[in-house]
Amino acid sequence: MLSVNNIEVIYNHVILVLKGVSLTVPEGSVVALLGGNGAGKTTTLKAISNLLRAERGEVTKGSIEHLGEAVHQLSPNDLVRRGVIQVMEGRHIFGHLTVEENLLTGAFTRKDGAAAIRADLEKVYGYFPRLKERRKSQAGYTSGGEQQMCAIGRALMSRPRMILLDEPSMGLAPQLVEQIFETVRTLNERERVTFLLAEQNTNVALRYATYGYILESGRVVLDGDAQALRSNEDVKEFYLGLSGSGRKSYRDVKHYKRRKRWLS
Amino acid sequence: MLYREAGQFKTSYEADQSIFPIMQDRWGIAAILAFAFLAMPFLASEYFFRAVMIPFLILALAAIGLNLLVGYCGQISLGTGAFMAVGAYAAYNFAIRVPELPHLVTLLLAGGVAAVVGLLFGIPSLRIKGLYLAAATLAAQFFIDWLFSRVKWFTNYTPSGSVAAPQLNIFGWVPDAPSEKYLLCLGFVTVFALVAKNLVRSRIGRSWMAIRDMDIAAEIIGIRPMHAKLSAFAISSFIVGVAGALWGFVHLGSWEPLAFSIDRSFSLLFMVILGGLGSILGCFLGAAFITLVPIFLNQVLPELGIKLDTATVSHLEFMIFGALIVVFLIAEPHGMARLWQVGKEKLRIWPFPH
Repeated sequence: MLSVNNIEVIYNHVILVLKGVSLTVPEGSVVALLGGNGAGKTTTLKAISNLLRAERGEVTKGSIEHLGEAVHQLSPNDLVRRGVIQVMEGRHIFGHLTVEENLLTGAFTRKDGAAAIRADLEKVYGYFPRLKERRKSQAGYTSGGEQQMCAIGRALMSRPRMILLDEPSMGLAPQLVEQIFETVRTLNERERVTFLLAEQNTNVALRYATYGYILESGRVVLDGDAQALRSNEDVKEFYLGLSGSGRKSYRDVKHYKRRKRWLS
Repeated sequence: MLYREAGQFKTSYEADQSIFPIMQDRWGIAAILAFAFLAMPFLASEYFFRAVMIPFLILALAAIGLNLLVGYCGQISLGTGAFMAVGAYAAYNFAIRVPELPHLVTLLLAGGVAAVVGLLFGIPSLRIKGLYLAAATLAAQFFIDWLFSRVKWFTNYTPSGSVAAPQLNIFGWVPDAPSEKYLLCLGFVTVFALVAKNLVRSRIGRSWMAIRDMDIAAEIIGIRPMHAKLSAFAISSFIVGVAGALWGFVHLGSWEPLAFSIDRSFSLLFMVILGGLGSILGCFLGAAFITLVPIFLNQVLPELGIKLDTATVSHLEFMIFGALIVVFLIAEPHGMARLWQVGKEKLRIWPFPH
């Protein structure tokens, strides 16, 4: 559905952030983009949704194709019309609108009439019952979790074929994180929405994803089925905080420092 | 290739914290200063000093003051012209009422008076931010405009309301030739630019920038917003006041309240925005752009060989100037200083760009 071929991103003409990232997102899958801080996850998503220009970034090499067509000259709103929408990190809801108005803004690009939009609104409330309770309150005054639900719900209102989800777990209680990922799974299974999600929380992300890419300093260092990644020794050690022998004592850490195989 | 700090190792904290850590920059600045102080007075014509260099230097000084407030502390001010007026009138009153004072002290005292006035008008900033603060500082502009045109004491009861500054005398040195006036302004600008550069690298400058970037986060780590904001207003107004005094005494000689109208405030704010918020170099670039481009256009347009009457030339001047401002802001919304910075980064990796 979406393929990113060897892209390179430079910010401000001088800062090289992505050094050749390639990935494919098949239709109907949940692909996780993992990696530490500053690995380039958000930049990759922004490159796909064409938000880089606003931050003086530029895709200088490679190509991005959606359904076989190059999309990297399109504007973000063209992409929304094509059915690709991004839920940005940090929510960015419209603070002065009510929750319901926020959701309705998501239907901005739709042309299929008020009835269909109404129906979708009900569907979003079905996924997030909490939002229905708070529908009339100002979005700026709702809690972080509600705002995240609102942001995802707003994206759903555009009836996307694909959602780019950036850090959905940021600042949320573990229970809420679980709930949000459950919704991702339901949406994926019931509505066949494809997901590309950037996430720090490797553990949760790999449980819900079908495929994963691990980025490190602007390169894909490892990729594979979510199951395979979860059982990979390196991933366990460096991203899941587990080692083969269960808990480790600090003494061992001190004496023995394992290197990441791909850095050398 | 030429601009690369490879091989320049720092072996002491002083070297690490120097203002210009890169050798090429140090040589560049030294060359510019040497040229400005030693060569310029003998090279340029009288017209060039009076119409170009002196206004440029004084406005750059005022822009440095404003940049401390707007660019570093994030408090928008539309009252710069008023603070310049306070400096100019304070210097005038000190000079004619207390003639025993050395004139250097008079100029600095004028800055002090401007600082106090700036502090007073900075008090609203403790409660209001952004555009609302801009509106509040606009009040300073209107109030001070009114004060100097209506309260006759400030203008020493001259019937026309315009005042003539006495000839400056700095410890026996009477700068009356244009090149001497230029040197006086250059001295002031150099000293204050150095002071400003060091201020913003210091504890107080960091507290300003913290307030600018996120005032709540700054407060929560223990920066007192009142101290930070009011010190920014005071120091900024001090420098602006000195610039105002120089503007009156050195550039204009005699002036009326209109000389420091809201136009002055706006043009200074645009200098800071065009040059680069939060950059000392930007103040010079912005001041150069706003003062020099109109003069340049004025000189160049008639020489293009097209017969134009003077009215058309001045209209064209405004149009081209306006278009250039827009072009610059589109090309680099963060100002010319940022353009220079990106240029330097490019030079560092030249000839092997990413």
